[in-house]
Amino acid sequence: MPELAGKELRIVGFLCNWCSYGGADTAGVGRFKQPTDLRIIRVPCSGRIDPLFVVKALINGADGVLVSGCHPRDCHYSDGNYYARRRLEMLKQFLPFMGIDGKRFHYTWVSASEGQRWQKVVTDFTRQVHGIGPLHEKKEAAK
Amino acid sequence: MKVGVFICHCGNNIAGTVDVARVAEETRKIPGVAYAINYMYTCSEPGQDQIKDAIKKYDLDRIVVAACSPRMHELTFRRTVEKAGLNRYYFEMANIREHCSWIGEDRELNTNKAMEAVRAAVAKVMQDKPLYSSSFAVNKRVLVIGGGVAGMQAALDCADGGHEVVLVEKSPSVGGMMARLDKTFPTIDCSICILGPKMVDVAQHDLIKLYAYSEVEEVKGYVGNYQIKIRKKATYVDWTKCTGCGECMEKCPSKDAYDSFNFGVAPTKAINIPFPQAIPKKAKIDPTYCRQFTKGKCGVCAKICPTKAINYEMEDEIVTEEVGAIVVASGYGLLDIEKMGEYGGGRYPDVITAIQYERLLNASGPTSGHIVRPSDHEEPKTVVFVSCCGSRDKSIGVPYCSNFCCMYIAKQAILTKDHMPDSQSYVFYMDIRSPGKGYDEFTRRAQEEYGTKYIRGRVSRIFPKGKKMVVRGADTLLGTTVEIEADLVVLANAVTAAPGAPQLAEKLHISYDTNAFYVESHPKLRPVETNTSGVFLAGCAQGPKDIPASVGQGSAAAAKVLSMLSKDFLENDPAIAQVNQNACVGCLKCVKTCPFQAIVEEELRGGKVVAKVIQTVCAGCGVCTSTCPCGAIQLQHFTDNQLLAEVNALCLS
Repeated sequence: MPELAGKELRIVGFLCNWCSYGGADTAGVGRFKQPTDLRIIRVPCSGRIDPLFVVKALINGADGVLVSGCHPRDCHYSDGNYYARRRLEMLKQFLPFMGIDGKRFHYTWVSASEGQRWQKVVTDFTRQVHGIGPLHEKKEAAK
Repeated sequence: MKVGVFICHCGNNIAGTVDVARVAEETRKIPGVAYAINYMYTCSEPGQDQIKDAIKKYDLDRIVVAACSPRMHELTFRRTVEKAGLNRYYFEMANIREHCSWIGEDRELNTNKAMEAVRAAVAKVMQDKPLYSSSFAVNKRVLVIGGGVAGMQAALDCADGGHEVVLVEKSPSVGGMMARLDKTFPTIDCSICILGPKMVDVAQHDLIKLYAYSEVEEVKGYVGNYQIKIRKKATYVDWTKCTGCGECMEKCPSKDAYDSFNFGVAPTKAINIPFPQAIPKKAKIDPTYCRQFTKGKCGVCAKICPTKAINYEMEDEIVTEEVGAIVVASGYGLLDIEKMGEYGGGRYPDVITAIQYERLLNASGPTSGHIVRPSDHEEPKTVVFVSCCGSRDKSIGVPYCSNFCCMYIAKQAILTKDHMPDSQSYVFYMDIRSPGKGYDEFTRRAQEEYGTKYIRGRVSRIFPKGKKMVVRGADTLLGTTVEIEADLVVLANAVTAAPGAPQLAEKLHISYDTNAFYVESHPKLRPVETNTSGVFLAGCAQGPKDIPASVGQGSAAAAKVLSMLSKDFLENDPAIAQVNQNACVGCLKCVKTCPFQAIVEEELRGGKVVAKVIQTVCAGCGVCTSTCPCGAIQLQHFTDNQLLAEVNALCLS
């Protein structure tokens, strides 16, 4: 059973281990309440994220994809997030050509200490995706 | 393939908002899952034993634990599965606490989210491959950045443990902020009397190599094998010849250089030794004030120097040191009081900072310990201290408490009475924070024995009236406004991160928080470690703290370094990039994008060119993997297949 019909959409998040995954942990430790739609995949660095992962997620059933890494200049691996920024910006420009609303994809930077910022990022993006609605015809609806 | 899944209640932390029994029940339906159970505390000893027993009993070959963040307990459970005979990489965690039970309020949605997190982890673990660490030699030298009390303590402890230490200090002398203090709370120990011997120990220790007036320029390498470039800034005095006699300082005609050691309380000479106990006790020229540099002629110091140490042509020098571990004790800065316009700091000479007042109190300070007003050099009879000058004030970007101001204000009030028995001190405060051994007794002494008047309230404005400074504020206990005509106002300005702290963090690849203090690995359990292995923290670089805490952290960081260096070899993380030579087309794009120069070109027999990963240098970021056009280079444990398995588990179900 995936997202609960009517209540949630399917949002996949790719988070770098050192900053944003830690930031999401910090948000959890601080009990900063967030919408539950997001499912998080941990990667070592935002530079590890192949734009194809994002496209695959969107094509296979996700309604939105969120990517978050270390702030520029603060990358655990010196400059992995610079590579991420170039690739993901390209991807963002490219998504409409595939018939996918660019607003379904967002990339940002959250450090391990920014629990509150993480809460805001998740809340805002979830609201944004809900604003556009589901990307896929739901099989469950037919049931 | 037989996957075992263990779902943790974490007391009520998870079970409170997630139906863990249902998660276990649904998990049993996932193909490949042979066993799934929920348990109160999976990380406890019986919890770990349960995993080991189940591995044997049900012949499990992959394990998933759904519990807290892998940043918390991944290592714990990897060891557990290893003890039961599995490869430690046949293990995954699903984070259903920080990312689920603690942030969502709806039990049904949380339960569903937890089940999906488990599904993704099961999909990943089924793609996992066994990985094996290789070991590499460790350089046993240590770099300590910052020669304040925390850094000196770390350096001494490491050196006493038998390791060579490279100590880099930005200013011309070690000692840091503590060397500037007159006395220390709550014992009223003479600061330099307890610090001086430590400074001498640092200078005389056979295993400590001190680079004063130097800064870390570049950090390369990885834990156990760092190459550090250090910039030795030009002093224009050959320190191998300088004896510290001070004759140059006496004769120098340029008399109004800014004295950073005294925080500008009084000017100094363009060539100077910062203070009498300086280590190393060597002179240096400040070229912004030296007439030889500003006017092109003077040369008095060069003529007078008995050892001919002056060299106006000197340039910065870069030296390289190789070390295995790094302790960062780069200290703190102080808020510019001009940011608090209503207090008039910077505009009125008789409104000074607490550290400037400390220099006035100090017997080796510019006034030889006589308290005088900067404006007319008269002795002040009424002194007003303003605490929380900037601290706990979001509007100027300092939301935190500066930790030790309450205590040093009490100390300075006591010392004021000692110096001038007919004086009266007032303290404006928000709260008196004195949670240390003997601390609360000390602040009470300031009030009860020394007659310091404590006024609970904020100061709204400070302005001059004749020769006096009027301090207008609120007394929230009496519910009135108060005005005190003071001879001298001392502001306890907020502690900030050291200037340049973010830049240093970026060189070291450690993270810093929004206030630019460095972030420790875990706020409670790993307070002196960073997330970059081999780099440790001590002192105020991590956050404001007083002398005992800084010394404690210096020793703690040294203990961490010593335990790391007690091994001759360290094991690398095998989750690094690997090249499939058959698939590699030799485009070598990965060589260009690797942030660590960990990939080189290799020519195979037959002339085919492929990429090759240097195992010890690869840090495991995976930038190469997403660069490779043909998927030939794969970051182990985060391969394309493994991550796509997670994507599909979340999206296709």
